[in-house]
Amino acid sequence: MGATPRREAGGLRAALHADRGGRIFLALLAAVAVLAPLLNLLVPASSALHLSSYTVTLLGKYMTYAMLAIAVDLIWGYCGILSLGHGAFFALGGYAMGMYLMRQIGTRGVYGDPVLPDFMVFLNWKELPWFWHGFDVFAFAALMVVLAPGLLALVFGFLAFRSRVSGVYLSIITQALTYALMLAFFRNDMGFGGNNGFTDFKDLLGFSLQAPGTRMTLFLGTALALGGSYLLCRYVVSSRAGRVIQAVRDAESRARFIGYRVESYKLWVFVFSAVLAGIAGALYVPQIGIINPSEFSPANSIEIVIWVAIGGRGTLYGAVVGALLVNYAKTYFTAALPSMWLYALGALFVLVPLLLPQGVVGALGQLRRRADARRPAAA
Amino acid sequence: MIRAVMERFSGRSRSATPPRTGELLSGGSRVESGPDASRGVILYLEDITVSFDGFRALNALTLYIEVGELRCIIGPNGAGKTTMMDVITGKTRPDTGSAWFGQTIDLLALTEPEIAQAGIGRKFQKPTVFERHSVFENLELAMAGDKSVWRWLFARTTAAEREQIDAVLETVGLQDRREEPAGALSHGQKQWLEIGMLLVQEPQLLLVDEPVAGMTPQETERTAELLGSLAGRHSVIVVEHDMEFVRSIARKVTVLHEGSVLAEGSIDEVQNDPRVIEVYLGV
Repeated sequence: MGATPRREAGGLRAALHADRGGRIFLALLAAVAVLAPLLNLLVPASSALHLSSYTVTLLGKYMTYAMLAIAVDLIWGYCGILSLGHGAFFALGGYAMGMYLMRQIGTRGVYGDPVLPDFMVFLNWKELPWFWHGFDVFAFAALMVVLAPGLLALVFGFLAFRSRVSGVYLSIITQALTYALMLAFFRNDMGFGGNNGFTDFKDLLGFSLQAPGTRMTLFLGTALALGGSYLLCRYVVSSRAGRVIQAVRDAESRARFIGYRVESYKLWVFVFSAVLAGIAGALYVPQIGIINPSEFSPANSIEIVIWVAIGGRGTLYGAVVGALLVNYAKTYFTAALPSMWLYALGALFVLVPLLLPQGVVGALGQLRRRADARRPAAA
Repeated sequence: MIRAVMERFSGRSRSATPPRTGELLSGGSRVESGPDASRGVILYLEDITVSFDGFRALNALTLYIEVGELRCIIGPNGAGKTTMMDVITGKTRPDTGSAWFGQTIDLLALTEPEIAQAGIGRKFQKPTVFERHSVFENLELAMAGDKSVWRWLFARTTAAEREQIDAVLETVGLQDRREEPAGALSHGQKQWLEIGMLLVQEPQLLLVDEPVAGMTPQETERTAELLGSLAGRHSVIVVEHDMEFVRSIARKVTVLHEGSVLAEGSIDEVQNDPRVIEVYLGV
């Protein structure tokens, strides 16, 4: 599965040429990005073809999840690092964006304070904590969206990989990391809004978040980011460094013996993945309109891994398929049979590895190969 | 686990040292120049002692390997053959003694990747190739050069590199299996691929651990030819149990026993040495 197909010239073009699933995914993504604005903005609401803003937001949310799943597949499927704490990087990116959105509210808050967000006024704080400065500037917030998860991943990964923590131990400490962050963000005196987090956002770069045009722009931006992340990750895994990363996954000590600093490769890919997760989080928050500490909950991070496992790891597009399938099922079940969702998720988690060890994508590939094998025999 | 941590902090670690901060960020490791073998000797092991919980795996072992030599190391189980390889490649740190690669490179001061980069390649007993990568990719991964993340993220395989890989494929006789996943190779072919992976690193010194274990007679014969053709261009140390095989390739044989050298010489000299007959060849 994971081994990259042979290619001499290298480069993204050759990589995509060999990546049939990826081409299908990118074509579908482009189709959605073209059709959604047409059906949402140009087709009248009375028409059966009209796409509601609710659906657009839902699709946007799924796409941020798909981005997050790609980030996890990059480190798990290709480098063998099973992070059960990637939700933390997603949430940090989301919080950085949330801080910008909170400062954009200005005097329109319940208390009307021009500088302090509502929750600080409520807590009787007199001035803005130091780490809130700068978040009124979008460029600074955007930088923090990248830096906050990136730096955390750098420090965490540096310590973990240098001490050669790997396998299940690494998974456990990534769980601990996201759990610790959740507890910290629940505290009011941390200055991140406690258990309520941030909500009631008004606008982004001066555009109202309620306006259909803004929503559509965010949706298209997310589609672009998802496509871009896919291409970047595909480039990484098909580069020579990508082959090293897969070699580390398959035989770590062997890779070390032929002269690779395995720790550096792991650290690099871990930080890159965390940054992608952070950007996904930053796109999630303005579309959903809320960010709170529950995003850090360990169960969230485990769910991401389930998406990737169900879709089929080590393929990148499989992660997208898994994220969409599970989240669509979640949306459906939580609306139709609210009490059944957790059972359904549990059943998926047990049955998919048993029945489809290589995920949905792997099973489809097998069916296709079987069909291909039969065809020449019939001819 | 706790003991390993304590050892690391007390600086007594016998396992490989953790990488230093700067190296961790740069990705690859470099040793500026290859070994200086101007005196005709590529490897100096002097007075090496390694003990594991009181058991002396190596006991004041002293051994010199000349440039271009093909040396066979034999000895009964527990004689310290593998431990010796571990010391040379940096996997195990000796309690006492010194290990020099040429005149200038102190092996005991280097980490495992640094030693590999300096020009010592090791082939393990059990073939460990990257099964899901193709034969070509295995060789490409093993190539010599700067192996930092940044360089490799943007590097393309050059025509010169491809030529070198193809030349090595020819040497080890795998040119027809170039694009196949390494996992599909037979046991013997995996061993040759691994030798090929050593060759593309352009090592001065090759350590080969039991190359013919589990091979068919034809494969064994082919391996003997291969190792023979490498000597001269590289210095080769072969650890082997199979006496027939040793006889077919060796020019000089060293017998290890209880962690030190028992005898050294041509295969006939060694086989007729009464001490060797007693401990190893058995009567």
